[in-house]
Amino acid sequence: MDLSLTAEQELIIGMVRRFVREEILPLEQHLDPDADELEEPDRLRLMEKTKEMGLYGLDIPPEYGGPDIDLVTRTLIAVEMSQHRAGLYAPCYGTFGGAGLAQLFEATDAQKEKYLYPTLRGEKRGFFGLSEPSGGSDPARAIQTKAVRDGDDWVINGGKLWISGADKADFGLVFARTDSDQGRNGVTCFIVDTDQPGFHVRRIVHTLRSAHYATELQFEDLRVSQENILGQLNKGFAIANDRLTRQRIPYAAGCIGVAIKAQEMALDYVPQRETFGAPLSTRQSIQWMLVDNDIDIKQSLWIILEAAAKAQQGEGFRKEAAMAKLVATEAGGRVVDRCMQMFGGLGVAKDLPFERWYREMRIRRIGEGPSEVQRHVIARELLGASLR
Amino acid sequence: MALRLQKPWLSSAEALRHVRGQMGVYQLANEAGEVIFVSYAGGRSLGGLRGEISRSLTEQGEATQVRFEITTSYLSRYKELLMLHQADHGSLPVHDPQVRLGRLSPAGGSANGS
Repeated sequence: MDLSLTAEQELIIGMVRRFVREEILPLEQHLDPDADELEEPDRLRLMEKTKEMGLYGLDIPPEYGGPDIDLVTRTLIAVEMSQHRAGLYAPCYGTFGGAGLAQLFEATDAQKEKYLYPTLRGEKRGFFGLSEPSGGSDPARAIQTKAVRDGDDWVINGGKLWISGADKADFGLVFARTDSDQGRNGVTCFIVDTDQPGFHVRRIVHTLRSAHYATELQFEDLRVSQENILGQLNKGFAIANDRLTRQRIPYAAGCIGVAIKAQEMALDYVPQRETFGAPLSTRQSIQWMLVDNDIDIKQSLWIILEAAAKAQQGEGFRKEAAMAKLVATEAGGRVVDRCMQMFGGLGVAKDLPFERWYREMRIRRIGEGPSEVQRHVIARELLGASLR
Repeated sequence: MALRLQKPWLSSAEALRHVRGQMGVYQLANEAGEVIFVSYAGGRSLGGLRGEISRSLTEQGEATQVRFEITTSYLSRYKELLMLHQADHGSLPVHDPQVRLGRLSPAGGSANGS
């Protein structure tokens, strides 16, 4: 088994690493410590650079104009892209673009014309509306938003919570119950236009993150055409589940990118900082923290890459993705916490990124399915039919 | 936390006596009580809310009243206040720069003085 990077991977990783260090980190010296956006001229300038690098729109399939880069390499890139202050929730401030809502690649031709292509051209934005006040990790049971057929339309009533980007979106994927007796087989995914009467962004949900907020949505007799069903009637659960599983890999990669950067900063710092006449690096307590960090990072990285490799090869990867998300979010939190401890007072000050990473990393153990749900997913895969 | 900023309006002098160096958001209003400027004191603000409000009062000469809210979620709260102002009045406060904002449609419709 060869675990070394290919020459092409080395080249790409090196480019992204330089981009983060030479373009992103200097800009962050002047941004608010909680910022998640660049000034528009900087954003446009850097987007041109990522296009020149051939790395814009990493998650867009080649047939739609994206670079043809395999998932393992994209995962390695995700690890690099997150190695800065805003890296967890705004890796490189979005200058590498993205696929937007990958579910739209499975849309009808008419839906692609109206929603997918404008999104890929940067003309439209979408949101993913799954979670509700009743829960997000168990969509089969938690979805209470209802859609009722009325002639050629569907009428949606209900609400969503923890939805990112809905206030700025032109459309969204909204999951609603279309058959209340069928559990997971009674959920449908609708593409809704946000300028329709009955679509409301009621409030911002303030959390530990200061900039990258979520919103609460309400639907009041929101009419959606039958043509705006994504996939098949009552088959929305599979779309949601596929998205939840795939999202876990880059989500985990971002956590480990931040952990790597935190560890790098600590390794630079501890030989310089002296206490009681000797550098911190000579203290066993500090050495053990660094060792535990290194182990946490390595373990997580291999598990993430295994999940990406399985997904790349078309094998089942639900268990591996859950494991990656679980291990990386928990390890990332521990690494950042230890680094804060090594930096002492500086570690909790906004002068350095640790306090932001600490707050945001805490959310990662809950977002995209909490650790307990990941363990549940893994247990189901291990125990199979006996648990069902 | 209430959706709209509900702290009491203070005169400029009173505000500078009470406010300290925390992070948070604030609004300035003119004599007629119209909100003319919304801003925040973030992690890089010299003097926190006190420093930012003091500077803003100097720059916005027509401001006579101030209210502020201490919060560590200053960026999302700042954008929320601007979006609420836009929902209520159809535009941003007169002295605020254009920023990329989303849309809010708060329950119960618009309200004055947000």
